[in-house]
Amino acid sequence: MDVLEKLTVLTDAAKYDAACTSSGGTRTAKKGYIGNTSTASAGCCHTFSADGRCVTLLKVLLTNRCVYDCKYCVNRRSNDTRRAAFTPEELADLTIQFYRRNYIEGLFLSSGVFRSPDYTTELMIRCLALLREQYRFNGYIHAKAIPGTAPELVERLGFLADRLSVNIELPSEAGLNSLAPDKTKGAILAPMRQIQTRNRQSREELVKYRHAPRFAPAGQSTQLIVGATRDTDFHILRLTQGLYDRYGLKRVFYSAYVPVVEHALLPAKDVKPPLLREHRLYQADWLLRFYGFRAEELLDEGTQDFDTRVDPKCSWALAHLDFFPVEVNTAAYETLLRIPGVGVTSARRILSARRVGPLHIDNLKKLGVVMKRAQYFLTASGKMAEGLRFTPDSVLRGLIAAERPLLPQQEAVQLSLFDPAETA
Amino acid sequence: MDVIYHYDGSFEGFLSCVFDSYAHKEIPAGFCSGEDGVFSLFNSRTVLTDPDHAARVLQKVAALSPEAAVLLRRGFLTCLSEKELHLFQVVAKLLREGPGFLRNRSDETLYPVIRAVQHLNGEVHLLKGFVRFSDLGGVLGGEIEPKNRVLPVLGGHFSARFHNERFFLYDRTHKEALFHVPGQSVIRPLADFQMAPPDKTEARYRLLWKRFYDTIAIKERENPRLRMSNMPKRYWGTMTEFQGAEHFIPRTSPGAVSGPGAPAGISAPGTPPPPGPSAPGSGP
Repeated sequence: MDVLEKLTVLTDAAKYDAACTSSGGTRTAKKGYIGNTSTASAGCCHTFSADGRCVTLLKVLLTNRCVYDCKYCVNRRSNDTRRAAFTPEELADLTIQFYRRNYIEGLFLSSGVFRSPDYTTELMIRCLALLREQYRFNGYIHAKAIPGTAPELVERLGFLADRLSVNIELPSEAGLNSLAPDKTKGAILAPMRQIQTRNRQSREELVKYRHAPRFAPAGQSTQLIVGATRDTDFHILRLTQGLYDRYGLKRVFYSAYVPVVEHALLPAKDVKPPLLREHRLYQADWLLRFYGFRAEELLDEGTQDFDTRVDPKCSWALAHLDFFPVEVNTAAYETLLRIPGVGVTSARRILSARRVGPLHIDNLKKLGVVMKRAQYFLTASGKMAEGLRFTPDSVLRGLIAAERPLLPQQEAVQLSLFDPAETA
Repeated sequence: MDVIYHYDGSFEGFLSCVFDSYAHKEIPAGFCSGEDGVFSLFNSRTVLTDPDHAARVLQKVAALSPEAAVLLRRGFLTCLSEKELHLFQVVAKLLREGPGFLRNRSDETLYPVIRAVQHLNGEVHLLKGFVRFSDLGGVLGGEIEPKNRVLPVLGGHFSARFHNERFFLYDRTHKEALFHVPGQSVIRPLADFQMAPPDKTEARYRLLWKRFYDTIAIKERENPRLRMSNMPKRYWGTMTEFQGAEHFIPRTSPGAVSGPGAPAGISAPGTPPPPGPSAPGSGP
């Protein structure tokens, strides 16, 4: 099989992994090496595929041969699919040549479990070591740590990669037991804890010795599949929060389950991937990481799933109308962040601009506030937007209409079926 | 009295205009650079670029606010229409009132400039990812078609990343190119340029990339609108994955391209670059 064919098979097998970021790296260019990892704090997208997702890294599997039989996965051993494996040289050459042409920001290396987790990880290490040491690649590398790998091997992997990730995939133990019988919760969490501890130690050593080697300097991430099991949004969001709080994860990715196989325990093959649900979870994830929200504020035992009609922040605001309106000239940063339509950037701009003089409604749009949403929830110098009249009901309609053009197209069509307000 | 200032179009030239306007105690009604000067009802003044005057203006601005100096530099690279006038007004306000207003983005003098600079920065950020290089016998070559003059900003990024390589990046819109050899990079005007066809190795990597691009998309999630809003179509013209079949066919006769010595891949004069829709001056 030639490299073109291998690339096809091993890309196709890797495409369901959502993570494709190059953020968090700060390695500057080094003499005699190719590349750096300091493009921008937010990472750098090199293209966008036909599904609209960002392509940053060469995302491939080392091999799609796998001894596991996870029901949801295209690469499970019982699936009749073409199998392939890169040699370390082939993959290193592809990475370097793609990188030189500025196609990619680096490599995202994952793999099926070939023979055993240890054996697979050793292959990955050989590949990355070749890339780093012989090809002198100084760009971004994201590597998968496979649950059940010996800690010594995870340790080596961490010194070669910028970011490590261990995919949880199924958000509950019950889901794991029924759909991924070869994996256990303990085997997934153990390397996550190890990566966290080692990363912290490495940063402490770096304070003492400038040239101490860096262990996964861009931290770790994970992925949860949404819609393969019956887990609620509340469950998923609380799990996410726990991972940020207790494991210091940089990112949790959500992947709407695409039915690739027929199985009694899985959604039927004609079920569409729950893209809107995935979208709402990402919105909530941002609220946890940057807006000071807690999972318990957004959902509770009574409401376990997000309102599909409006985003989680609007949903929270509508349930807490007594919190509003907020006066932008006096409110604290944390309070500003609670206003729908005000983000981290516009809140900072408000803080900065109001030191020069009092703000009025006309100023806010220029500061980046999305007035279509924010107008119901704020005052500037004591005044709301001129001529604005509303009831809680019309606010809801207005918010739905404001978001609709931004949603994935198929979702917008679905929504209009139960949304009576055409113009609000 | 309304006066139009004629200058050479350089940043230093513009700063010299600012200097002269204070020296003559007059407020320019407009700026003209290069050939596009038209005779009008206005009086005109021709300003000669004076590095000493320029440095004094920039020093004064930087002393009042270092951020304003950065804003001025970047603002001058944007495609904001009548950018000189907008930038002049920012400088005038800074000298008149001090740097306080710079904190208020919604300030009416500042806002258009900040928006334009944001547009430039956004374009630079996207192009860091969207630029495509081809290996032309050991020298990397790429083309872009930006609205703003991004090369001075973008150049730093690629010179750091590919510091060991020899490469050039051609700006079709502003007809200039960045040339880099290890340890040194320059931007030079270049009226005419056409990329040479790929050799066998280059064609192979283009094909590999195209295949990767087509395979990584999930069919069930196809969303052309999302792709377009993340990556506007005006960037597609110079991106490998959106080129037609001939882009992936290697040239048959070896040696059709000039070697890696003098900037490789530069065609004989007379071959026009492919037409592009964007023009400088079309505002963000």
